[in-house]
Amino acid sequence: MDNIAGSKSSLSLVTHVTVTALVILWLIPTVGLLVSSFRDREQIAVSGWWNAAFSIEEATRYQPAAEGVTERDGLFVLTGSVFEDDPSTVSAFGIAGRAPDAAQPGQTYGRLKLDVVQEDGSIKTKNFETAWPVDATPVAPETFEDRPVQGFTIDRALSITRDGDFTWMSAKDITRAPSIYFISPKPPSFGLDNYQTILTSDNMDRAFINTFTVTIPATIIPILVAAFAAYALAWMEFPGRTWLVALIVGLLVVPLQLAFVPLLKLHNQIGIGQSFVGIWLAHSAFGLPLAVYLLRNYMTGLPRDIIESAKVDGATDFLVFTKIVLPLSFPALASFAIFQFLWTWNDLLVAKVFLPKTSEAWVMTVKIADDLLGSRGGDWGILASAAFISIAVPLIVFFSLQRFLVRGLLAGSVK
Amino acid sequence: MSPLLQGVVMILIGLSGCIGYFYVSNFVLDKIIFPPKLDDQGRNINRANLVRPWLFLLPALLLLSLYLIYPVVGSFYRSLFNRANTEFVGLANYGALWNDSGFRTALYNNFLWVLVVPAASTFMGLLVAQLTDKLSWGNVAKSLIFMPMAISFVGASLIWRFVYAVDPNIGIINALRDTVGLSPMDPLQLPFWNNFFLMVILVWIQTGFAMVILSAALRGIPEDTIEAAVIDGAKPRQIFFRIKVPQIKGTIMVVWTTITITVLKVFDIVYAMTGGNFKTEILPSYMMDYMFRDDGRATAVAFVIMILVLPVMIWNISNARKEMR
Repeated sequence: MDNIAGSKSSLSLVTHVTVTALVILWLIPTVGLLVSSFRDREQIAVSGWWNAAFSIEEATRYQPAAEGVTERDGLFVLTGSVFEDDPSTVSAFGIAGRAPDAAQPGQTYGRLKLDVVQEDGSIKTKNFETAWPVDATPVAPETFEDRPVQGFTIDRALSITRDGDFTWMSAKDITRAPSIYFISPKPPSFGLDNYQTILTSDNMDRAFINTFTVTIPATIIPILVAAFAAYALAWMEFPGRTWLVALIVGLLVVPLQLAFVPLLKLHNQIGIGQSFVGIWLAHSAFGLPLAVYLLRNYMTGLPRDIIESAKVDGATDFLVFTKIVLPLSFPALASFAIFQFLWTWNDLLVAKVFLPKTSEAWVMTVKIADDLLGSRGGDWGILASAAFISIAVPLIVFFSLQRFLVRGLLAGSVK
Repeated sequence: MSPLLQGVVMILIGLSGCIGYFYVSNFVLDKIIFPPKLDDQGRNINRANLVRPWLFLLPALLLLSLYLIYPVVGSFYRSLFNRANTEFVGLANYGALWNDSGFRTALYNNFLWVLVVPAASTFMGLLVAQLTDKLSWGNVAKSLIFMPMAISFVGASLIWRFVYAVDPNIGIINALRDTVGLSPMDPLQLPFWNNFFLMVILVWIQTGFAMVILSAALRGIPEDTIEAAVIDGAKPRQIFFRIKVPQIKGTIMVVWTTITITVLKVFDIVYAMTGGNFKTEILPSYMMDYMFRDDGRATAVAFVIMILVLPVMIWNISNARKEMR
């Protein structure tokens, strides 16, 4: 439709924009996961992954050693810098964890002890926190809780400059490290910490190996079984052949769920139980209809001459199959292998039913769905890295072998 | 023995077993039972060739009948018995299902899924296929939209948790609500609509599949039909809906039914996102609630899914038979 005179440029611009928008829309969720998996845990909690490239304002608790205390104006004074080694800037500070942003640099923030006159004339001491300019003295309120204030003393006070130099003042001698809270920008930090945590402390490495253990035999076994059957259905004449092909097509859509109860019972009776052997057999059988169907479609399309001349030369069916048909069918075999690999790698349902329930036998999908989503529910960095570990291999397979995958899809669906 | 080693052994046993079976059975057939010797030569070769297809088919047929055909009967039979499998209860399990509001919700939601997901995926797939058809970077775009196909449903669910999360620092939806001053909400607890939020995940995955197949079908349309339409003054929209879509109707149906089947199997998304809570249960996840607890109920649900699949199965088979003729 691009070749319609006059409408070409505007139309193609719209197309470019629409497709770009769609691609971005499609990618955003995955990019979010990928970015989050590399982010620091604290950073994930305070800023979205779309802000990952920017610094965040982060509260820090700093406890200077109570050494070098001097006395000034009746107060004990401790000085130093909150940035011991790497300089940064302070944007706010406070003396309690509940309000780390109570005052601005250049101010002093402290707790006053107010002498409040009670109704009966007695005087009670009340704590009152306020900020005042560094070189000034604090101003106490005239009333506190509707009662007049007679006077005050400074209990403790803190001032921090923008560069991080602090002065801590206290009415009592400073013998223990005081707590200083301040806000400073943290540069974006990316790292492999989440991956390290999930792989070392969470048994994800075991689940990774288990997934491989399930996947590889479950991919290889059905190929061989299906290839022979597909050859018979494509190139051998026998009564009931069309009938069998129709059966295979019908079996393509049988819901797996039907197999669970009867076969688990059967597995238990013959001693396989819930085990890797059981899941290999189950996956192989569930993949067979597609394998036979794909391979038969492909093999039917092979040139008749080659096969017939081989037979004329005295080759048996077995020889024709192993020496001619099998090598020629490589693209179809690869297509199915990729399908079956992706399907078994990504499967949760069959693994939940046919594998043991113990954590040693968990594959990655079960590990994530049944364990991590519960125990690590709010730990987004860990969840993201676990998810990424589980989708990395399929993505590699997908992008490197996409050609075969597409060919297989087309052979399986469009005839 | 570690499972990995066990796996390697299994591959070796499986492979050598298969190869051994095919080789030995062919050898036995050709050399021992029907040796092509002397006066019997011709007859024996023919007799051997009569048996051989079944030798080739035997392992596949055994696996298929054990794991896919027997369960249809076996599950139905099991669904006629009570929980402990001790007493024949007839169709009581199905009756119990029908009286369970949880089952009716699951059935209703499943119908929503079957209506929405195939339609939305096919539509999006067709849209992308058409838009990228003449684009210079169309293949890159297609590859990226196709990518979710490689991701597991569990992985996809986790990915979408980063969209739906309540925390405006995690979930994009709530981050957007935050910037316009709305308070955070949980999309997955929003009655009725939460089903659609879950469906979006499957549409995200299946669009790539629809796109790949429909894009090949679009390319297969004979150029002259389009040229003729252009000469007759058809507008782009008319060309698309009147010329192209009718010609790929068959493929659209195949895509539609294939996705429908996928929808009826998907349990992972609901399981990993809501666990079936907040009225998002669908039949496969409802079945897994009963699996290991009440096999009678579980098999009854599985059989209901089978009945829902049946029309597609019949349609597929009749199509396949038409092609073979």
